[in-house]
Amino acid sequence: MLTNMYYYVKSLQYPINIRNRNPKLAKVIISQYGGPDGELAASLRYLSQRFGMPDKKSKAILNDIGTEELAHLEMVGTLVHQLTDGASPEEMEAAGLAPYYTDHGWGVYPQAAAGFPFNAVTLAVKGDPIADLTEDLAAEQKARATYEKLIDLCKDDRDVVDVLKYLREREVVHFQRFGEALNGVQEKLYQRNLYLTGGNNNNCGCNN
Amino acid sequence: MACRNCKNNNQCPCQNHENDSYCGCNGNNAQNSCTQREMLHKIMSLNFAINDLALYLDTHPDDQNAIRMHCEYSEKQIELTAEYQKLYGPLTINFMSDTWDWIDQPWPWERGAY
Repeated sequence: MLTNMYYYVKSLQYPINIRNRNPKLAKVIISQYGGPDGELAASLRYLSQRFGMPDKKSKAILNDIGTEELAHLEMVGTLVHQLTDGASPEEMEAAGLAPYYTDHGWGVYPQAAAGFPFNAVTLAVKGDPIADLTEDLAAEQKARATYEKLIDLCKDDRDVVDVLKYLREREVVHFQRFGEALNGVQEKLYQRNLYLTGGNNNNCGCNN
Repeated sequence: MACRNCKNNNQCPCQNHENDSYCGCNGNNAQNSCTQREMLHKIMSLNFAINDLALYLDTHPDDQNAIRMHCEYSEKQIELTAEYQKLYGPLTINFMSDTWDWIDQPWPWERGAY
């Protein structure tokens, strides 16, 4: 039994073996690594928001979805790596990756498709359960929409599309779970006739 | 059915090959046995099911049917992961061995890895 969290499991959440190198696809897919609706933003958003949640279900779902997003971050990084691995500097340049190659070589750097680096502004941690869970519902839809755009752009590579479809599907499941968590929070607040604001997380001993 | 290599009577632990002659002896009887890739993919499937059920149970903690499924998959996952690690090396750093095999298997992001 492992006693310290987190620990690494030496397998992906879903297998990835991209047969054809294609830096052009990596150039757009990298947005889901470090872009505004990407997996790095998602994981850090949920794992940071969890500290401000008021009830058992919302704490658990943010913790567990945030953790799954870390596995997705690894998957997107794997896609970028396998699509660029072994590419010559000329191939990188032909794919429009000359600036990227200059700064990051064959490393995987968290940036958006348009080239700007990861920005923590996208985390959106308000410390208000209603605002944060509503933000998360939108975040899952934006990630789903991004994966659909990527599927359009990558449609000629079955290996890539297979992985993107898997990741898209997870966004749909997460949206569902966040909706249930939000309902739970709203129900609890209604029962107690309380208005939910950011400062209501004091321990009152009720264990809710 | 006995393993073609070592003649033991155990069966493939992944339960995908219940009628195949494989005991986990890692011999050359791969034709009818669970390969490393198949075995790891089975573990990944179980991990996926466990994780997805966990998310569901976070918001439906009283669903007894889901709890039963979670137990069933977790039990299989523990059993199969232990078996896999004995044959093919560690999946987590707490796997005990006389040699440090953690660095030998390819990493999951590498092309051709599982």
